[in-house]
Amino acid sequence: MQERLQALKEEALSEIQQASSMKEVQDIKVKFLGKKGPITEISKGMGKLSKEERPKMGQLVNEIRNAISDQLEEKIARLEKAAVEERLKKETIDVSLPGRPVKRGNHHPLTRVIEEIEDLFLGMGFSIAEGPEVETDYYNFEALNLPKDHPARDMQDSFYITEETLLRTHTSPMQARTMEKLNGEGPVKIIVPGKVYRRDTDDATHSHQFMQIEGLMVGENVRMSDLKGVLQSFAKKMFGEEREIRLRPSFFPFTEPSVEMDISCFNCGGDGCSVCKGTGWIEILGGGMVHPNVLRMSGFDPEKVTGFAFGMGPERIAMLKYGIDDIRHFYTNDSRFIKQFNSL
Amino acid sequence: MLVSMNWLKQYVDLDSYSANELADLITKGGIEVETVEQLNKGISGVVIGHVLECQQHPDADKLNICKVEIGEEEPVQIICGAPNIARGQYVAVAKVGAVLPGNFKIKKAKLRGEASHGMICSLQELGIESKLVAKEYADGIFVFSENVTPGEDALEYLNLHDEVLELGLTPNRADAMNMIGVAYEVGAVLNRSIDLPSPELVRSDEDVEDYVSVRVENEEDNPYYGATVIKDVTIKPSPQWLVNRLVSAGIRPINNVVDITNYVLLEYGQPLHAFDYDRFGSKEVVIRRATDGEKMITLDDVERTLSSEHLVITNGSKPVAVAGVMGGADSEVKEDTKTILLEAAYFNSKLVRKASKDLGLRSDSSARFEKGIDRNRVVGASERAAQLIQEIAGGTVLKGIAEQGARTIEALDVSIEVNRINQVLGTEITETEVAAIFERLQFSYQNFGGTFTVQVPPRRPDITISEDLIEEVGRLYGYDNVPATLPMTESTPGQLSEYQVKRRHLRRTLEGAGLYQTVTYSLTSPSKRLFFSDESVEAVRLAMPMSEERSELRTSLIPHLLEVAQYNRNRQLENIAFYETASVFLPGDELPIEQEHLAGVVSGLWQEHLWQKEKKAADFFVVKGILEELAVEFGVEDRLTFARAEEPKLHPGRTAAVYLDEELIGYIGQLHPEVEKELDLSETYVFEINLEKLLQADVAHLKYKKLPRFPSVTRDVALVVNESLEAGEVKRVIKEAGGSKLVEIQLFDVYQGEHLDEGQKSLAFSLRYYNPEQTLTEEEVKKAHDRVLKAVEEQFGAALRQ
Ligand SMILES: [Zn+2]
Repeated sequence: MQERLQALKEEALSEIQQASSMKEVQDIKVKFLGKKGPITEISKGMGKLSKEERPKMGQLVNEIRNAISDQLEEKIARLEKAAVEERLKKETIDVSLPGRPVKRGNHHPLTRVIEEIEDLFLGMGFSIAEGPEVETDYYNFEALNLPKDHPARDMQDSFYITEETLLRTHTSPMQARTMEKLNGEGPVKIIVPGKVYRRDTDDATHSHQFMQIEGLMVGENVRMSDLKGVLQSFAKKMFGEEREIRLRPSFFPFTEPSVEMDISCFNCGGDGCSVCKGTGWIEILGGGMVHPNVLRMSGFDPEKVTGFAFGMGPERIAMLKYGIDDIRHFYTNDSRFIKQFNSL
Repeated sequence: MLVSMNWLKQYVDLDSYSANELADLITKGGIEVETVEQLNKGISGVVIGHVLECQQHPDADKLNICKVEIGEEEPVQIICGAPNIARGQYVAVAKVGAVLPGNFKIKKAKLRGEASHGMICSLQELGIESKLVAKEYADGIFVFSENVTPGEDALEYLNLHDEVLELGLTPNRADAMNMIGVAYEVGAVLNRSIDLPSPELVRSDEDVEDYVSVRVENEEDNPYYGATVIKDVTIKPSPQWLVNRLVSAGIRPINNVVDITNYVLLEYGQPLHAFDYDRFGSKEVVIRRATDGEKMITLDDVERTLSSEHLVITNGSKPVAVAGVMGGADSEVKEDTKTILLEAAYFNSKLVRKASKDLGLRSDSSARFEKGIDRNRVVGASERAAQLIQEIAGGTVLKGIAEQGARTIEALDVSIEVNRINQVLGTEITETEVAAIFERLQFSYQNFGGTFTVQVPPRRPDITISEDLIEEVGRLYGYDNVPATLPMTESTPGQLSEYQVKRRHLRRTLEGAGLYQTVTYSLTSPSKRLFFSDESVEAVRLAMPMSEERSELRTSLIPHLLEVAQYNRNRQLENIAFYETASVFLPGDELPIEQEHLAGVVSGLWQEHLWQKEKKAADFFVVKGILEELAVEFGVEDRLTFARAEEPKLHPGRTAAVYLDEELIGYIGQLHPEVEKELDLSETYVFEINLEKLLQADVAHLKYKKLPRFPSVTRDVALVVNESLEAGEVKRVIKEAGGSKLVEIQLFDVYQGEHLDEGQKSLAFSLRYYNPEQTLTEEEVKKAHDRVLKAVEEQFGAALRQ
């Protein structure tokens, strides 16, 4: 009997080992451990055994039953695992295939530069004023200390609509419009981004329409050194921490004294290159202390308050920052151009 | 303004400064030096030669064989083709080995069998611009008119070792439009003294009054007029030094008298005019306004029609010059002129500006009058010119000046406190430093306890108020020395307006949805406007457009977006999705009405992921979806509606008007196929809305809604209706009938074709019912759903599709 059991065990284990499908494993289970299987048969025949032999044999039967059962489970687990592996293998993809493109557009480069500048000045406590693109002669010129017949009006040949209205030549008219509303009560801290227009023939460096950002700060004890400080932090944030600025005397009818601001060349660091035309400096913007006539005309007392103003061109800044060679690109809107401004 | 270094050295000691160093200092002082030009453009090996012999080439009519002495042991043979070459001339010779502009090297050559050892040069060949070459040398070689020595450096005689600074003058610095003014500026910048000309004039005993009298009708138009008479002059070419000065300043030499008036214009900034006394037509100079329609022929032989806004110089009966602008042809100085009537005057700048603008004549003279000349330098300039004429043209200057008006005016007093200077600049400049700066500028002043009263000389008419003095002090103190500080004013919150915040969100949403931002021009043409709208839309037109293409302000953003679409399509960029936010302009009262619009154009493939077989063309619903998303973002989801509409250039079956509440705020649609064909575009969708209406819509603040606590019940229903019935209408009726428990209606299928009759379609909706108070009962759902079915059946005859 013992031999029989051992032989059954050998037989079962060998069949289990050779089984290659779940069905075969099930069949083996039924064949050996089923109600009509040989081991059950043997258990039933154990009543014929002596008292001494019975427990011994019972134990052996259990051992063999368990051994087969363990092997079966192990086999099932192994087959299941193989099945999963087979499935995963079938599901394998080529990870080098391109992903599904996410549809996303982006800002026009001018908007990008303007928002960057806006954020910078918002951080310094300035707010953003916007005004009409068609202006009166008064706000565009006269309130800015440019009376009719002033020779400096030639500097900005303009598009008139009637004798008294024109396309604004700068966003400076918002200086007067903003100050007038405040009835002489400062402080005023605004920047004014927007479109402006001048009678220029479009070419690589000229455009009859372009953007401008005007800045104005008026209050007690506003000094030229403050203008220098504000512009310095602008230049560093916009063009890099290592940038130095310099102010050169200049002339604008609405500021006195007037200055132009250069930054040290970000391309060569100041040694001289083609970007800075060999000078080490790049002209960025113009500004100065608000002319007393401008303050007075807008209802502020130049004896009590002073102010600074500046104006810059986002096109020029974008061209410098990104190395763009032709101002017309901004207005042609070639999608290959616009799409280049899609990353931070 | 072109400033010759050699000329400037006459007035200021520039030793130890190179042209570039000086240029930097002048720029830092406030006058921008735009360029520094070396007149010698890399030329070498050009010497003076003496033409000893000159014979015609035996084999070439137009060539001459010359023997030229060039200071070497033997004369050299040079073949020269210039028509004006002649024996005995002193000429500029580029020797073998010489280099001319453009790195042109002179080599030994053979011309028709004859050897040529060098080249006899024209001025153009030496790098002088044609427009600056005197007429007599325009078509041939240059010939020295003075005693020169063969073999010496020809460039030295022609002043071609000089360097020229080009000043970019701002309108306020007209004082630097002359060499004396530049000398004052450079003297101040370098802190050096300057040495100005003081003409010494020998006048004859004959009185000018016997020759001419001057009468100014209105001294406001012409505050000073002086006439000097110079007899017995000889008109001829100017000496080389004078020619060199004019050429370095960019003025072409004409003849000695004209050249002298130009020279003094450049040196003093005072425009002068020389009349031929004998052709003047009278012994009387009368300065008056022209009469309307009065005519005269100017120097350039053009007949000019004048008006009472123009000031003229007359001989008592007719105009002989337009004051400050141009002389007349009749009294022009010519080769046979013997007596000169020399005008030196101060004209009202506005009148000069007006005449020069009206007549389209801008000259070196008018430019200076317009910008303001030194009132106190008029007489000095006329004396300087008379002295030079005497020296160079050999004349006799008559005693006195026939004149009217004051020769000089008082200096203007302007005061400034040192404290104020420091308060405006943010500096700590001392009284002593301020005083030193005014001295460098050669301004006289009084200082009482830190308050400076400056006597501003009339040569600086730009300085009229104390801020102008602050600028003078600041620029010479140096803005590099001004510290960089932070403003001390009260702090203000820097923030965007609500509109600006929303507009930024809008851009990001549109871009997140796949649109790229464009910026296009505001100026457009009537044809573009009419292409996209009917005649009822009026536009704001420019008074004087530069071209018809940019002659009026746009009333819609679409035309330029279509231009962008075309531009890209022409470059094989067919899949496009652009938007723009910008103002449109409609006729208004004082100013046009400006409205900010949002517009977009979409064409080609919208989604493209080919290896996974995904390919979605842009269509109406792509664009509509974007607008619906905007409605959600700006809180008007339930208020923004679309209604079938017709627009002139859009597809009649694929166009919708966009409403916010009851108000029409824009449209959306496909371009009419005929328009697409005309523009060579494929299927293209556009939209345009009034952005202000969308962003300024009054909306409630965002509020949290309680999350559902009970299950909801969904019922699908497919309705067979007439194909012309709009799904939106069915949805509206369902919503109305469903009552408060019907919380969501989703259209999930539109079907037409097999199993349906001709002219019918099936619309399948998924309806979700929910009760926020408790779990819905089957009863409640059935009641509501039956109402829906009944309503659609009654209103549309809709049958349930099985
Ligand atoms: Zn550089």
